[in-house]
Amino acid sequence: MTGNHSLQHPLQSTPLRDLHGELEGQIVPFAGYEMPLQYPLGILKEHLHTRSAAGLFDVSHMGQLAIVGDDPASVIESLVPGDIMELEHGATRYTQLTDDNGGILDDLMVTRNGKQLLLVVNAACKVKDIAHIRSALPNGHELLELQDRALIALQGPKSASILSELGSAQLLRMPFMSMAEVKVNGIACRIWRSGYTGEDGYEISCRAGDVEIIARLLLENKAVEPIGLGARNSLRLEAGLCLYGHDIDCSTTPVEANLLWSIGKRRREEGGFPGAEFVQRQISKGVARRRVGIKPDGRAPMRDGVELFDTEGVSIGNVTSGGFGPSIGRPVAMGYIATRSARAKTPIQGNVRGKMLDASVVRMPFIEQRYFRG
Amino acid sequence: MAYVKFTKDHEWIRVDGAVATVGITNFAQEQLGDIVFVELPEPGTTFGKGDQAGVVESVKAASEIYSPVGGEVLEANDNLIEGPNIVNSEAEGDGWFFKIKISNLDALDDLMDETAYKEFIT
Repeated sequence: MTGNHSLQHPLQSTPLRDLHGELEGQIVPFAGYEMPLQYPLGILKEHLHTRSAAGLFDVSHMGQLAIVGDDPASVIESLVPGDIMELEHGATRYTQLTDDNGGILDDLMVTRNGKQLLLVVNAACKVKDIAHIRSALPNGHELLELQDRALIALQGPKSASILSELGSAQLLRMPFMSMAEVKVNGIACRIWRSGYTGEDGYEISCRAGDVEIIARLLLENKAVEPIGLGARNSLRLEAGLCLYGHDIDCSTTPVEANLLWSIGKRRREEGGFPGAEFVQRQISKGVARRRVGIKPDGRAPMRDGVELFDTEGVSIGNVTSGGFGPSIGRPVAMGYIATRSARAKTPIQGNVRGKMLDASVVRMPFIEQRYFRG
Repeated sequence: MAYVKFTKDHEWIRVDGAVATVGITNFAQEQLGDIVFVELPEPGTTFGKGDQAGVVESVKAASEIYSPVGGEVLEANDNLIEGPNIVNSEAEGDGWFFKIKISNLDALDDLMDETAYKEFIT
């Protein structure tokens, strides 16, 4: 996700725009779309509600793409470092589009759906991503933008029981990072067991004209609250997940971003993605800086841009995302730190409005991830 | 007799003789959302009118608090350090930020009264 939006173009809206208004969502421009920042419940309670029950998110602004053709997996492997060829039908992988220097152009989800690959990319990057992927497509392949589809997420510990009641028991069994075609109240959906909150949950893709019916059905359940972008951000921050444009961008590689787990052994050895030689060198020789979790000692949040120092007062990096973690009841942050200071428990300081405040490097996630592994 | 005035930066100031209590308005806390951190001035600090006197941070963003008048800080509301959400529940009461000894009472003249402030925020 990114917060950039262009002032030159009118804002787009999702198929749930009217529902957001009806639910009294506070609408803000985000990645070129009119999106709800929060609802009357407020960011803090929306966040806590998602962790204790279930939250409904409109993520229809994200790009849903499909690559069709003879061998879409090997085509996409020429653009991302993730293992895509190994994916079985219905399996999903998190990976990144890299540039020739190993910088991250976008992060995305890739799912094998029979002979095609389904991609979900960030809203602010999708136009650029589409051009980038199309320019790499060999004959016999096509990239489709699935503009007629909406995407919503149901996240939180009660998601499985709530959605399976409207769908099927298959939803209870399917593991994290898998996709299935399931009918919800008779409506055809592609449902992933995935999300960006650290909680168990689902992402539901359906025809744009059907999404409001599904959203309203879910909201009829008292355990489900609509959740805006504000809580989506604090939930993903506590879960240690990257926000594109803040925690990762063209100036960071997957190794520096601590995303090496998303690059399988074969891809590390074989390369074959843009910038592979840089990434491989970083894997073998190490990196000068790394993305880490940061826990301020005090109550003052350390937000994006706060400069970080070691205990000698030497600048060692910057916060890239930070704020208050409602489930922790304290501020949390992530950022890039010189490798020599990046070990967990290292005491550091952040310059907040001219004051040097104590903090320490911590392992992420800040909360225990509760994905359903099957 | 005590009376309350308001600034364009959404602070309220309750004046009782030469001493005033300062906080942010209910409108301001609603706009900020859930408040998670408050930075207060040290007692003994001297401010000019309009100087930055503190910071309030919500889950959304950080905002500065300005002193509506010049003077010396007498007391800060330390309850807000551990309970910043008091500002959400009691913005114009227990959620006060600091007390200040006003150096020049004339500085109050260009602040808004309640009627003017209500008009200002609608």
